[in-house]
Amino acid sequence: MGSKMESSLLWLLLFLCIFSTPTDGKPMTILGQPPPANISGTNLTELSIVSLHWDHVTQPYIVALWIFVTGLAKLVFELNHKLTATIPESALLIFIGFVLGGMIWGADKAQTFTLTPVTFFYYLLPQIILDAGYFMPNKLFFGNMGAILTYAILGTVWNAVTVGLSLWGVYLGGIMGDLKINLLEFMLFGSLLSAVDPVAVLAVFEEVHVNEVLFILVFGESLLNDGVTVVLYNVCDAFVTLGADRINAVEIIKGIVSFLVVAFGGALVGVVFAVLLSLLTRCTKNIQIIEPGFIFIVSYLSYLTAEMLSLSSILAITFCGVCCQKYVNANMAESSVTTVRYAMKVFANGSETIIFVFLGISAIDPEIWVWNTAFILLTLVFVLVYRIIGVFALTWILNRFRLIPLEIIDQVVLSYGGLRGAVAYALAFMLDGNKVREKNLMISTTLIVVYFTVVLQGVTMKPLVTWLKVKRTSKTEVSLIEKLQNRAFDHILIAIEDISGQIGHNYMREKWNKFEEKWLRPILMKSSARKKQDQLFNVFHQLNLKDAMSYVTEGERCGSLAFVRSENNVNLDFKKKLASDISDIMPDINSDSSDTGPYTIPMTCIMQDNVPTVCLDVEEDMRGKSMRDTENINTHHVLQMHLYKARKQHRHRYSRKEMGLNKDENEVQEIFQRTMRNRLESFKSTKMGVTQSKKIKPAKKDQIPNGKHKTHSFEDADFSDDNVFSSDFAGGVASGGGGPTRLSIRSGGGIENPAFMPDVDHASPLHTPPWSAVVDDGVAPSQRAQVQLPWSPSNASRLTPLRISTRSNDSFILADRPTAQGEQPPPSQPKSTPK
Amino acid sequence: MGALFSAPDDHFQDLSEKTGFSPEQIQILHKRFKQLSNDEDSLRRDDFNNITDLACNPIRTQIIEAFFDKRNYRQNAVGSVEEISFEQFVIVMSHFLPVPLHNMTEEQRERMRREKLRFLFNMHDTDNDGTITLEEYKHVVEELLSRSGAIGKETAKGIADAAMLEVASITVGRMNPDDFYEGITFDHFLKILKDIEIETKMHIRFQNNACALC
Repeated sequence: MGSKMESSLLWLLLFLCIFSTPTDGKPMTILGQPPPANISGTNLTELSIVSLHWDHVTQPYIVALWIFVTGLAKLVFELNHKLTATIPESALLIFIGFVLGGMIWGADKAQTFTLTPVTFFYYLLPQIILDAGYFMPNKLFFGNMGAILTYAILGTVWNAVTVGLSLWGVYLGGIMGDLKINLLEFMLFGSLLSAVDPVAVLAVFEEVHVNEVLFILVFGESLLNDGVTVVLYNVCDAFVTLGADRINAVEIIKGIVSFLVVAFGGALVGVVFAVLLSLLTRCTKNIQIIEPGFIFIVSYLSYLTAEMLSLSSILAITFCGVCCQKYVNANMAESSVTTVRYAMKVFANGSETIIFVFLGISAIDPEIWVWNTAFILLTLVFVLVYRIIGVFALTWILNRFRLIPLEIIDQVVLSYGGLRGAVAYALAFMLDGNKVREKNLMISTTLIVVYFTVVLQGVTMKPLVTWLKVKRTSKTEVSLIEKLQNRAFDHILIAIEDISGQIGHNYMREKWNKFEEKWLRPILMKSSARKKQDQLFNVFHQLNLKDAMSYVTEGERCGSLAFVRSENNVNLDFKKKLASDISDIMPDINSDSSDTGPYTIPMTCIMQDNVPTVCLDVEEDMRGKSMRDTENINTHHVLQMHLYKARKQHRHRYSRKEMGLNKDENEVQEIFQRTMRNRLESFKSTKMGVTQSKKIKPAKKDQIPNGKHKTHSFEDADFSDDNVFSSDFAGGVASGGGGPTRLSIRSGGGIENPAFMPDVDHASPLHTPPWSAVVDDGVAPSQRAQVQLPWSPSNASRLTPLRISTRSNDSFILADRPTAQGEQPPPSQPKSTPK
Repeated sequence: MGALFSAPDDHFQDLSEKTGFSPEQIQILHKRFKQLSNDEDSLRRDDFNNITDLACNPIRTQIIEAFFDKRNYRQNAVGSVEEISFEQFVIVMSHFLPVPLHNMTEEQRERMRREKLRFLFNMHDTDNDGTITLEEYKHVVEELLSRSGAIGKETAKGIADAAMLEVASITVGRMNPDDFYEGITFDHFLKILKDIEIETKMHIRFQNNACALC
């Protein structure tokens, strides 16, 4: 083992290899230096405890370090939001690349790190394209397919041909001086520069938030034009190899045919793999933990397969993502879907960062720089001008067919959004230096064009969009009513088309949907998943989840430990339960007396009094009933509520196969019921049409002890969880003098064992809760809680149905004391609700 | 009616000016009208119900009803009729003409928007009292979801409730527990759908040449 002082830095990042074999005779090179002499004098044949194997890890180590460094770079300038608000991230990353490149060049006197086409096309690009395809808004994408294809095919060909020809024309004019370029090479150059780059476009437009149609046009074009670019590039490349004299009509026709094959073949490969992927996810239930991996690997395989068949790999992976998203998301478990989403973003964002940094680094290399002012400037001008001309001409044609024509400002943004990026650079880098003698000039020109479009156009895009008052995307928050309205709207449009006998977009879409529903879904989607497919239901579900979450947060802020403790379970349960129970739960929402639900019978026993006054009358009559009964019932009730098997919140065990938190069915069920009850009791019925008596019931439940424990004032009762969370109901009562809560009776009833009431033990009078000092500032706790509690339609609204429904969940508890209802009216039972 | 078709070309010209359809489009629509009505001069509900493509549309009754709703004839009349003439048919259809957005003032745009939304509103407000009540809305949602088998009637009710609450919270803001939300008025309707660019969406493509019909 050698103590290598000169590599102290590496020592810090040490890999400890305890039993290493120095006898293998491998030369140890650390940053190109010969292995240092073994100064400890021990024989090489002996065992060394620690040794440095830089050469073993060089490759992966450098890769990892680069990823780390680029990540750090991003971190650094994300610290300053003002900076990223004005200059797009992509431009900043390129600048950082300049700096890093300068450092490397300063150290090595050569550019050792450049973006090689292999790295770019095989490792960096697929992730970004997959991400784009997977998150593609399908309806929008296919709805604007015509326009997108027009721009992608005609626009790209136009760009390539005009730029190539114009440059050649100018070259013939002699402005560029002596260059060894012929027409074909100019065409080749034009074709590699023709494509609008998806990576650059995404990076800039994601921050600008233009309206969705505009975005999908630019972005869709940048994705789909790859097929065209690759074909143009390959054809021109082949022509350059063949030589000008061997090109004839047959070759040109072959070129056109190859375009069709490459583009459609690529798309087809993508679709085939999407089908495979969907089928695969149908049966990955038992290997949930690697389920997300399939998405990435199969998509990547589609990319490689297309590449292997010399089809358009970008189109393949795009279509793979576009086609599989729906089925995959439905088939996989919810956690896997989330994993895929995040992992996809991590990969895509990571590659994007690396690409831009390396675009910057690549520039700091004197070897590639060949300056020809006329060539470079003219290329820039031509690229810009022909893009503008192309967009306006194509839009003019398109507008004759579009129902909603593209406006002038849209066209300006479209043409200005023609950013070139790493694809062009990588293609230029791939040029064969032997055939194309001015390769370096082309690379440097491409780099200049890329920098110009990404940096200058990227920076000015936002001000331009603002200045032109381009329609921006509106807020994206989902609202149920909008979804409903949109749905109704779609049906109306279809119906009108049917009635008027027109065959339009809506008609076609409807036919496709029918087809999809009838044939594709049964094949590609799990039968269990098909049920959950309705988008409206998903929105409803998500909104409910959101409400519950915000409620939990609120509850925590109010100091309830019940939520802190069981938050995990809450989330978990919500997801599971909601989906399965929703149909059971729903019946009670608005029909007080409907007997449709399985739980309604016990419920209606208790709650059949629709008019509050009747309810109170009953209470008056029953007031004299013996306390013992009540106590028994109450005890029973409390036991029912809180007695359950030993509780394990979180089992700390390691398993590579599963990640479940808490698998005990009963336990989960139990915790779910309790948390739901606690939380939802507090929701005031915000719904119109729910009768008063319903609202008051839970309050009554809490107030049952009142009769007995009048001696407790609410100060010493503190406020239990139940009190806090039912304060909407009970709050008014409590502050009205009816202080004691269910908790106090619990202590009276002798059930003090905290083990049985883990959620509420802190609230017993003996243990002063830590926050009571804070709370006790002259305001009755319950009142305060009432003030703090989130109650507004916007906060809690959508949970209302659930609130009622949870009662159906624990209605068996209520059913235990059908006679008790109304027996123990709180002394100051409010006729109207507090607040 | 007889006079109407004795000089159809003139009449079509009038209709074209009145509704914004091109004369060719009117021709096509007229053909369709005849086809639907079995060469009669008026359409009845049954004729609509016989359209095969429409059969599986979940909210078809509402849509059909819209054709027989006097409110949609742009005449300030209220109520519903038993049969509609070609003119009425075209007028209802004209709600779905694309709006020429460019060279349009903000005011005109807003007017178009209101007009289109009014059509939708009327469709939901079946009793014409100016509000979409919970009952009415529930009915819409139930029908809307009736075809997706997985969602039961109860869920549909829940969704309708939640949507209604959402409207209440958007339009009224914080409500007191005792407040009763009457229903969606037209103003509220405008407000909740302000993010949907109805003027750029509520349209279908009406063909100009007859071959589209075959």
